[in-house]
Amino acid sequence: MANVNAGHHDHHPDQEELRTFAFWIYLMTDVILFATLFATYIVLQGNTDGGPGPKDLFQMNGIYASTFILLTSSFTSGLAILAMNKGNRLALMNWLGVTVFLGASFLFLEINEFMHLVSEGATISTSAFWTAFYTLVGTHGLHVALGLGWMIILIMQIAKRGITPVTKRKVNIISLFWHFLDVVWIFVFTIVYVMGVN
Amino acid sequence: MWESVKEFASEFFVTGDPLIYGADVSIVLSIIAIVSVLTYFKKWGWLWREWLTTVDHKKIGIMYILASVLMLFRGGVDALLMRAQLAMPDMQFLSGDHYNQIFTTHGVIMILFMAMPLMFGLFNVIVPLQLGARDVAFPFLNALSFWLFFSGAMLFNLSFVIGGSPDAGWLAYPPYSELAFNPGPGQDFYIWGIQISGIGSLMTGINFIVTILKVRAPGMTLMKMPMFSWSVLSSCIAIVFAFPILTVTLALLFIDRYLGGHFFTLDGGGNPMMYINLIWMWGHPEVYIIVLPAFGIFSEIVATFSRKKLFGYKSMVFAMIIISVLSFLVWAHHFFTMGSGADVNAFFAVTTMLIAIPTGVKVFNWLFTMFRGKITFETPMLWTVGIIPNFVIGGMTGVLLSVAPADFQYHNSYFLVAHFHQVIIAGVVFGFFAGLYYWWPKIFGFKLNERIGRWAFWLWNIGFYLCFMPQYALGLMGMTRRLYSYGWDKGWFEMNLVSTIGAVIMGVAFLVQIWDIAHSLKNMKRDTTGDPWNARTLEWSIPSPAPFYNFAVMPQVTSQDDWHERKLRIEQGLEKPAKVELEPIHMPKNSGIPIVMSMFWFFVGFGLIFDWLWMAVPGFIGVLACMVVHSFNYDTDYYVTVEEIKRTEAEAGRVIT
Repeated sequence: MANVNAGHHDHHPDQEELRTFAFWIYLMTDVILFATLFATYIVLQGNTDGGPGPKDLFQMNGIYASTFILLTSSFTSGLAILAMNKGNRLALMNWLGVTVFLGASFLFLEINEFMHLVSEGATISTSAFWTAFYTLVGTHGLHVALGLGWMIILIMQIAKRGITPVTKRKVNIISLFWHFLDVVWIFVFTIVYVMGVN
Repeated sequence: MWESVKEFASEFFVTGDPLIYGADVSIVLSIIAIVSVLTYFKKWGWLWREWLTTVDHKKIGIMYILASVLMLFRGGVDALLMRAQLAMPDMQFLSGDHYNQIFTTHGVIMILFMAMPLMFGLFNVIVPLQLGARDVAFPFLNALSFWLFFSGAMLFNLSFVIGGSPDAGWLAYPPYSELAFNPGPGQDFYIWGIQISGIGSLMTGINFIVTILKVRAPGMTLMKMPMFSWSVLSSCIAIVFAFPILTVTLALLFIDRYLGGHFFTLDGGGNPMMYINLIWMWGHPEVYIIVLPAFGIFSEIVATFSRKKLFGYKSMVFAMIIISVLSFLVWAHHFFTMGSGADVNAFFAVTTMLIAIPTGVKVFNWLFTMFRGKITFETPMLWTVGIIPNFVIGGMTGVLLSVAPADFQYHNSYFLVAHFHQVIIAGVVFGFFAGLYYWWPKIFGFKLNERIGRWAFWLWNIGFYLCFMPQYALGLMGMTRRLYSYGWDKGWFEMNLVSTIGAVIMGVAFLVQIWDIAHSLKNMKRDTTGDPWNARTLEWSIPSPAPFYNFAVMPQVTSQDDWHERKLRIEQGLEKPAKVELEPIHMPKNSGIPIVMSMFWFFVGFGLIFDWLWMAVPGFIGVLACMVVHSFNYDTDYYVTVEEIKRTEAEAGRVIT
């Protein structure tokens, strides 16, 4: 029984390819998860129970800023992939670092927004509308937070092991995840914020 | 100090019921017994290395099956308690509150902690062997799925002695399941028990889709794949689409209860009907998730014991895929009485009736497979033949229920209770029993005793009809479900008594099966052929039980029922047993992370149930830490040497030159 690293020729299908495929299926389940949250949000949208609604409290300037930041982070994660495909380890780590920084800024703005809303008297238990709002937007935020932790761990692994088939697959997957969160945010931005204030 | 400890204990533990004290004692005694046996025989290391940390799909499958049999026992005891209470009018055996808890735990346990793991057990043991694979696509994830299920099941069952059981029905409809009406921890046990095991089910779904689509033996195209694997694929597709909805729904209910949200509350603009829609968007596909693999099992057994190729392979495949798609379009038939209007009800009534078509196709395919076949009635086939009329009756009463105007009459009556028990017991449970009898020799290396097996079959079936046929009539006579007591004036006594007698007979049948297993263990005859039924698919081409790497040499598949065809060719002298060239086999290493991580999940759940953040937060940190540790571990596999393969094959009675 000898230990081996990946890359040995075998009858097995390529493990890294399998993992990428499985991640696509996982993303599909995440689509269903967000779809359910969106459906709930849309059903409960008007149920403000006489309390404040979206028009009263949303501050769109902050939302434009955080949208811009998240979209940019998607772009920088794309640049990280390009750097990886060129075999440039340092640039890969740097672009991932920039992505982490932008993602953290997005989260910072989101937490700020939530604190502002709570100070205005719109908490999760104010009405069905606000429960649905915090849950939907917060679930997206939670995904972003997990993505950040994951990316930091990956940067450490790349520093230790360089660009191997395994780390390459891992970076590809996190970038898929990151783009996915971006797409979800576009729906949040449109359905929750833009349609909410208009 | 002592006073506060006593006060805490009286709230923490369920008190006041002699039945529960009895259970407390037996739980403590069995834990002591298990621990001392393991310590006395110095088996802790063995248990840890061979079972708790295993990533071998066959062992994981056996653990699933074992757990599901325990849960069948618990759920069955619940059922018998209910039937005892209903045996006579004005019975004083259980209080109303206790009855509510029992029908809730009975439903949850039977569907989520008995049917699901029994199904996953069969997936695990059989699918990789049928596909000619060394393991599932992701063995580590597979172990994690099992341990998450196990943690969730333990958490849920704990509510029996700690904190109090949930009592809002198996789907926990709000507003009754909301904090305002249900303040105790029981409902939170429900949420976290199901949530944790649900994550495991979702991962199993992903794992088996990838396994079936990507890890088949060379030459096995999708349309040459055994029918059970097709049924697993269609079931897993439904899992992947349905389980996220369950995750979200339970999370929303928890947000209502824990953070004071207003999703489904009566005040604050909440909408309880939203929950009922969401839970059935998962709940209805769930029913098909558990029954589709049973259809696959029947297809394998019918072909094997009729000595014929399965009739209508392609139509079978299409029927299963259509069922898994249609299962997402029928959810509102569970609440025609909600008042969504004639148009909505008509749509859901029609989609529900449509499902009868592919299901009918399958039934006819099984019948045509038997037609002019050389049928033999060993236990697996006996079950299958017994199931067909039974399931057809269940299916037809389902079509009756799908007629929306008529459903206003049947809704929540015993007619419905009889219907869903008939499709789930006769379809799912009996189907999995058939599968267990069929694959038992492959899993354990010996057949179960046929004579005792026949006794179990007849007792189960007679008990079943006695128990549930009267319930159809009781439903039409006005008896509603979840009723814990009724008066003499109703005229329901006789049929309820018959129903209870039927339930007792099924209880006896279960004991007979346990006896069957014990008896066969003691008097077993080792199966040396690996193919005791003269069957048709790849899992029978290897020794029983299968060696840990499954196939010493990767099979090359050329046709449907490839093993059967190969046997024919060898018999006719067209193919000589090929001289094989062994190569080292690539295998995954065992890992302790799945069980440790699931234990942390248990702490997360338990902490949140009792609002103990000091337990939940470290638990969650532990979960994350396990993920990080696993992510940093690159040393996850090894190679089995050719010498070891030769040795293992020789021990199984196969000589490889």
